[in-house]
Amino acid sequence: MHIVIVGLSHKTAPVEIREKLAFAPTAMERPLRQMLELPTIAEGLIVSTCNRVELCAATKEPEAAIAALRRFLAEYHEVPPEEINGKLYNYQGEEAIRHLFRVSSSLDSMVLGEPQILGQIKTAYGYAAEFRTCGLILNRFLHKAFSVAKRVRTETAIASNAVSVSFAAVEMARKIFDRLDNKAVMIIGAGEMCELAARHFVANGVSKVLVTNRTFERAEKLAAEFQGKAIPFEDFVDHLAEVDIVMTSTGAPNFILGQRQMEEVLKRRKNRPMFLIDIAVPRDIDPKVNKLDNAYLYDVDDLQGVVQANLKERQKEASKAEAIVEQEIGQFHQWLGNLEVKPTIIALRRKLEEIRLQELDKTFSNLKDLTAGQRKSIEAMSSAIINKILHQPTSILKRTQNDSSGEDYVDAVRVLFDLPAPADNDKEIKPLDDMEEAG
Amino acid sequence: MTTDVLLFKITLLIYFVTTICYLIGVISLKDRFRQNAIRLLIGGFGLHCITLATRWVATGAIPVASLHESLSFFAWALVGIYLLFYLRYRTVMLGAFITPLALVLMIIGSAAPKQAPALNPMLDSWWFPVHVTLAFLGHAVFAIAAAAGVMYLLQERMLKSKKFSSLFYRLPSLDTLDSMNYKCLTFGFPLMTMGIISGAIWANSAWGGYWRWDPKETWALITWFLYAALLHGRLTIGWRGRRAAIFAIVGFGFLLFTFFGVNTFLSGEHSFRNFTGQ
Repeated sequence: MHIVIVGLSHKTAPVEIREKLAFAPTAMERPLRQMLELPTIAEGLIVSTCNRVELCAATKEPEAAIAALRRFLAEYHEVPPEEINGKLYNYQGEEAIRHLFRVSSSLDSMVLGEPQILGQIKTAYGYAAEFRTCGLILNRFLHKAFSVAKRVRTETAIASNAVSVSFAAVEMARKIFDRLDNKAVMIIGAGEMCELAARHFVANGVSKVLVTNRTFERAEKLAAEFQGKAIPFEDFVDHLAEVDIVMTSTGAPNFILGQRQMEEVLKRRKNRPMFLIDIAVPRDIDPKVNKLDNAYLYDVDDLQGVVQANLKERQKEASKAEAIVEQEIGQFHQWLGNLEVKPTIIALRRKLEEIRLQELDKTFSNLKDLTAGQRKSIEAMSSAIINKILHQPTSILKRTQNDSSGEDYVDAVRVLFDLPAPADNDKEIKPLDDMEEAG
Repeated sequence: MTTDVLLFKITLLIYFVTTICYLIGVISLKDRFRQNAIRLLIGGFGLHCITLATRWVATGAIPVASLHESLSFFAWALVGIYLLFYLRYRTVMLGAFITPLALVLMIIGSAAPKQAPALNPMLDSWWFPVHVTLAFLGHAVFAIAAAAGVMYLLQERMLKSKKFSSLFYRLPSLDTLDSMNYKCLTFGFPLMTMGIISGAIWANSAWGGYWRWDPKETWALITWFLYAALLHGRLTIGWRGRRAAIFAIVGFGFLLFTFFGVNTFLSGEHSFRNFTGQ
């Protein structure tokens, strides 16, 4: 049994093409069932996000399955194949395993280390499980992908630093203040980014929020959201010494906060540090303020710079993550190979034969005066017992090897009898029927 | 080679490997190195304790008399205080500053003559080991403060200039580094004060007269005033952050001079030559 993946992503196709092939989350039943009706497909899964559409399947004929899936994508969405063929990629075997592991671990995402993709894949798996289009292979595969993703997230720093401007603001604040839970923040003006950042700060423990605005009512409204206090705009400088973090985003054409004023504020604060975030364009705070000791002034460009630096760090962590993925591929690929019926039956026979020979040894060393004929009888009996025991299970395994239940049985036999992994040359051994007769 | 010298050399070797581990950990930022480094350091420190104990038993006196012994003790105090800070603050970065210093001390100590000096009978008093121990503990704490100060300046420069190197992600926050500085001051200053006072008491019992204005005493006093100014500044005027970091670094420089420079370059009662009556 092989795994194949066919699809396209933000790396191979623009959004105009991707949207044509997207599957709506509320309407997964029909495409999943249709996918399973394709002759070569044994198990199937559909992942459809804003950045990628991928079909993942378990099949005995990888090449045929890939062609079938490509046709299916075009036909289902009524899109001419020529339009999408150049944009689709396909993977089979080890490459398919690598691809899904990498995607779940967010190594293939637009933003390295983003957390959404894992949830999206879990949701896709949920649909496939609901409509029973997943079997032993994909179940195991997806679960493995989830655990690989978890390893990557916990063992590398690929997802640990901020890649959005508002998170970056919180991250910088932590680098200055260590803990935010007894700190105060002042919001000057209003605006989406200001409010978002304020929300992050409050979520991270900031307890005191002051809001000021040229329009006092707007300040009150915003303050109410954070259980904070509204300050009249004329007075805000007097309250600056009370806060550790300042965020400004007014429409003022000139600076509302200058170097001299900040010097006073810092002195009143006895040089405890202050973090100032100036999101406004034109800027609200005189850039010279950054020169003052213990004042750290960041504008939007600066925060973007932090994000860029963080992305670079994530890149470095990515190579650690790729190494983890490679480790896990080998294990899973081997498990997949173990599901072959022939080597399993060979291993089973081998194991029982070992037991038989051991017991014969023991018996013969206890019964020393047996005739040659008697010995032969005992040997024949033990052989016959084993053959009869194995007859039923072996034929069932052979008969079901092309069914979806076939893999379950093979897996069960391997587990129940604790069979060792097959050596490579096992696959060249003579066909099954011959072995039955020889045994 | 006596047992204690053998143990000393093994300890030195362990510190050497530990220092390499820390430095590679800082430069390559591979977590594995940093984790092993701290384990190695704890192991080395344990061995160092045994080394000192062995020396103590062998010579019959607290091992702080000769240059070799005092450097070993200084390094021991340095590593010990760092490990205490590690328990509280968990900054592995700090180790990258402390372990090279400890290593250098051990290397110089291994070059110094190792035979136990015949102690000048004038100096044989109970106050001598007390004075030296307190002084060294104070030195070790102030070394940590200086290391934290360097880290503070590095971190502050990156936060101000907005140019972030990989180091940025591993350094603790400014507030953490500043509070380390403060903690070091609150422990180190009393230790240093008691060190000087016990030194004066010892001087009185050895030579009669509490203060002789020999170079070591003078420089120790100057250094004491420096740290006193820092403490006062912190408590009253709000000297913190960058200023406190620079003071800690400069102060430690003074301490090192007081310890090494005076003993080596200037003559006087504290000179090691005088200790051994050579």
